[in-house]
Amino acid sequence: MSIFSKFAPIVKKASSKREVKIKPEGSDKKMIQCKTCDNIVEKDAITKYKICPSCGAHFRMNPSERVRVTFDKGTFEEFDGDLLPGNPMNFPDYKDVIRKAQDKAGYNEAVVTGIGQINGSKTVVAIMNSFFMMGSMGSVVGEKITRAFEYATAENLPIIVFSTSGGARMQEGIVSLMQMAKVSEAVGRHDDAGLLFISVLTDPTTGGVTASFAMLGDIILAEPNALIGFAGQRVIQSTIHQKLPAGFQRAEFQLDHGFVDKIVHRKELKNELSKILKLHGYRN
Amino acid sequence: MAGAMESVKKARMVTRPTTSDFINEIFDDFIEFHGDRYFSEDNAIIGGIASLNGMPVTVIGIEKGHDLASNMQRNFGCPNPEGYRKALRLMKQAEKFKRPVVTFISTAGAFCGVGAEERGQGEAIARNLLEMSRLKTPIISIFTGEGGSGGALALSVADEVWMLENGLFSVLSPEGFASILWRDNDRVEEAADIMKMTARDLMESGVCDRFFEEPEDGLENELESVTEKLKEALVSELPKLNRLSTKRLLQNRYDRFRKFGEFSDSSRYLTDEVAEAVENRSKQQ
Repeated sequence: MSIFSKFAPIVKKASSKREVKIKPEGSDKKMIQCKTCDNIVEKDAITKYKICPSCGAHFRMNPSERVRVTFDKGTFEEFDGDLLPGNPMNFPDYKDVIRKAQDKAGYNEAVVTGIGQINGSKTVVAIMNSFFMMGSMGSVVGEKITRAFEYATAENLPIIVFSTSGGARMQEGIVSLMQMAKVSEAVGRHDDAGLLFISVLTDPTTGGVTASFAMLGDIILAEPNALIGFAGQRVIQSTIHQKLPAGFQRAEFQLDHGFVDKIVHRKELKNELSKILKLHGYRN
Repeated sequence: MAGAMESVKKARMVTRPTTSDFINEIFDDFIEFHGDRYFSEDNAIIGGIASLNGMPVTVIGIEKGHDLASNMQRNFGCPNPEGYRKALRLMKQAEKFKRPVVTFISTAGAFCGVGAEERGQGEAIARNLLEMSRLKTPIISIFTGEGGSGGALALSVADEVWMLENGLFSVLSPEGFASILWRDNDRVEEAADIMKMTARDLMESGVCDRFFEEPEDGLENELESVTEKLKEALVSELPKLNRLSTKRLLQNRYDRFRKFGEFSDSSRYLTDEVAEAVENRSKQQ
């Protein structure tokens, strides 16, 4: 079966929305303002983990950055890298919307799937991309993640899904909603086969992704302070006409309410995933 | 405009028959069961067991109520997580006792509130999608009114999805669509048309398998004319689904949802810049 193409994940770097670029006078050093702590830090001080050197805030990552901090060097192979969306609702200018998103993000679509090794343990992976139309799930995201689960099921492999999404891709209408059912079915088959699914919730994981595969992991991890929820905060506010409590829908809130197994700092994530894989018998 | 907005208005009418009316007309001996066994009862979803021409079935549906008092008691048909968990409990019970499941859907969507988030609205919907996809008993879902997004999908991962003529199913409301995608609240009718959310549109896309015409005088005036046909269809269809082997039933259900999606493997959309980058990374390997 040729469900994967051998693409390296890197296209080009997308800039984090949490960063504000500052030009200091009389210096050629690039400075960045962290939106969480407001401190201005040297861009060079931000390592491959994309964490604020001042407050430790986890900036959003694109799939190639995620691959770099997760997989053993040179082990990642991408699946279905050239899958592109149709226009099921004939939404006006959808092709242009997609083209613009591709230009901005440097990726074909809002998820990268593939296979790689974590400290020697082989695993299938899906990495969503919030820089591409807010990681929204349409036909391509649904199809690629479904194929990844089906591949993992067929090959007796575990799967890790790094979620980040604003929800369903509205421009694809009802077809995007159907992706929730489609992926969930594939999760079910993987589950029936007794295989491990680790769901890693990263900032932000909301809407139709939360209400489908993201919440279906055998083990659900989250990055610190990640926004995780079903309904958007503005929608909730306009429904209940009340101010939302501090920390509402953050990873720590989800941990407190029993919907997340563990919050893991990004620097420890690879090790944690590796331990979990090994404890489930997935070795070299 | 006599487009999709007409159906939207009809589907939302306060006088439109609700799940209880359909249950009363179609089934005998309905016994309602309550509670999710974890947290509480949710009045926005009713469920229980009943007889369909002598065949035991599990019936579950979203209930909006008929007047302001009952609307409020039913939370306007917007379920909380415990409603979806109660529905799942009753579906698992149906599986155990080998009863088919019939669900009725009419909701603007799952409730968006602080409590719903605290109790895992996302998880509750997700769990239903997963468990319905492998429930070892036939499921038929009937959309009688609005079908709002994940909140409607959470009761409709079924072997067959039927809709009344003015039933709807969409990823969000036409109001939400116009406001989010066009930032223009005046384009709601246009949004309703483009979204292909009516039963006729959804027959084309394969989301709906069968639709039932509504009387010209209004559904509320001649409900029996529709419920008779629904009953007839259920009586003929459920035994057919029952006769399938579990393996075939579940494979058909898998295939039903597996087919959704429009995509291509070609690079016709790629911008030059992205195409070049893709080319480069494939060379690197």
